[in-house]
Amino acid sequence: MSGELWTTLQDAAVGSFGDYAFMRRALVACLALAIGCGPVGVFLVLRRMSLVGDAMSHAILPGAAIGFLLGGLSLPAMSLGGFVAGLLVALLAGLVARMTRLREDASFAAFYLISLALGVLIVTLHGSTVDLMHVLFGTILAVDDTALLLVAGISSLTVCVFALMYRPLVVECFDPGFLRAQGGGGGVIHLLFLALVVLNLVAGFQALGTLMAVGMMMLPAATARLWARQVPGLIAVAMVIAFLSGYGGLVLSFAWNLPSGPAIVLMAGVFYLISLLVGPVGGVLPRLLPRSHLEA
Amino acid sequence: MSSAFPGLRLTDLTLGYDRHPAVHHVSGTFEAGSLTAIVGPNGAGKSTLLKGIKGLLPVLGGRIDCGAWASSALAYLPQQAEVEHDFPISVLDVVLLGHWQTIGMFRAATRAMRQQAEDALAAVGLAGFERRPLAALSVGQRQRVLFARVLLQDSPVILLDEPFNALDARTTADLLALVQRWHGEGRTVIAVLHDLEQVRQYFPRTLLLAREVIGWGATAETLTREALLRARAMGEAWSETASLCVRPPLADEVAG
Repeated sequence: MSGELWTTLQDAAVGSFGDYAFMRRALVACLALAIGCGPVGVFLVLRRMSLVGDAMSHAILPGAAIGFLLGGLSLPAMSLGGFVAGLLVALLAGLVARMTRLREDASFAAFYLISLALGVLIVTLHGSTVDLMHVLFGTILAVDDTALLLVAGISSLTVCVFALMYRPLVVECFDPGFLRAQGGGGGVIHLLFLALVVLNLVAGFQALGTLMAVGMMMLPAATARLWARQVPGLIAVAMVIAFLSGYGGLVLSFAWNLPSGPAIVLMAGVFYLISLLVGPVGGVLPRLLPRSHLEA
Repeated sequence: MSSAFPGLRLTDLTLGYDRHPAVHHVSGTFEAGSLTAIVGPNGAGKSTLLKGIKGLLPVLGGRIDCGAWASSALAYLPQQAEVEHDFPISVLDVVLLGHWQTIGMFRAATRAMRQQAEDALAAVGLAGFERRPLAALSVGQRQRVLFARVLLQDSPVILLDEPFNALDARTTADLLALVQRWHGEGRTVIAVLHDLEQVRQYFPRTLLLAREVIGWGATAETLTREALLRARAMGEAWSETASLCVRPPLADEVAG
């Protein structure tokens, strides 16, 4: 029995990628997603905006649905729609936070709920439930060349933009008052960052679905906090864990015919739970170890 | 550099929030190279005045005049609460931000700048702390780091908002020495303070503020019993139903 299990896993872990082009494409898509989502998730966590990622992933839905209505199951149409919808919600939420007394998290919550309800309505009125399932949960095993180019393009763009705005973004997180005192620019950086969040969620939703895309972003980022102490380390750890989750999820999904999106996110969840226990930076076990204190 | 700074002149300045004045019709000059304490009860508009000078608040009335100097060139240290203390950043990186006016968002910090940052850390008594995470520092050490950043900004005007709050005697003494050094270098230093003994001992000039100017001049002449009582008597005058303020403009404004 255990021998059979081992063979199945081994086949899935090594053989499947050699035998099937769709598995190779899915793996490359996971790598691209990991590289883009890693830094985005890390800064969402650092800005205490972990739940904004979740809100945004819901906000994308009506755009994707409208894209689906106009263009059918066409990735460019759905992605563009999702991007526009996500950006609109981000802009509106930011605007409301500045012009009224509502805080940004409250206005985000309001707009994403409106957006989500609208999305579900559009899809159920005009499509079958199968289509809705596709939009909500994605299918990384059906990633074609167009999708791969899109995901890779978004992740390349993300890396370049982060390289450019790294310093102001760090300062905007850590000491926004300083940035304002030095002549401002924080608002633009914040918007640029939100645009990257939306872009990477759009990249993820083809592969993982709108509901799961945020998992690839937030779980590795939260996990990284338990392994690294400074921002570059956090980003590196988040990228590696996101990719390993992608790989592990694909293997499990191939071996037992599981839906790939949830499998990938659950793998990331496993990494998170293990890190909670053994993570060297504030994990449970390292804290419990009976170690004597230092001299100074 | 500091010789070219003309001083800071406030003319009939009103600053506030949502049309309610927190600083009301203030006129006077912070002379170039002066060391001034701003003193007054809570809610007197001290922090508001610093923010206004720094250009972080819209001016409701009057003028702030500091010649050709842009407000972004003035060094400003706000009250401690405004920094995210557990952000994963190293002490050296925080201090290097003091070069912002030179390197901005995109340019690289040179080796010389790093050396200057290390020297600044040494000057605030934190040599060897370069690679430590900010989160691992005590309140006093964090304030030393922020002072090192101000040191690096090399600005002709330094605005400090309650810089010695929650600091122990030794840290306060060290940072006060730094303030004295800035004064000696001819920089204009303005600090919001609460400890009157400290003000009398170290700050030659004082602005006693209670929304309006109660006194402004040499410290000994400004911090008199009567003036302090008068400042204390100022209620927090914010009122939902306050009527419009109509005061005749200052004489010299009419003339000019």
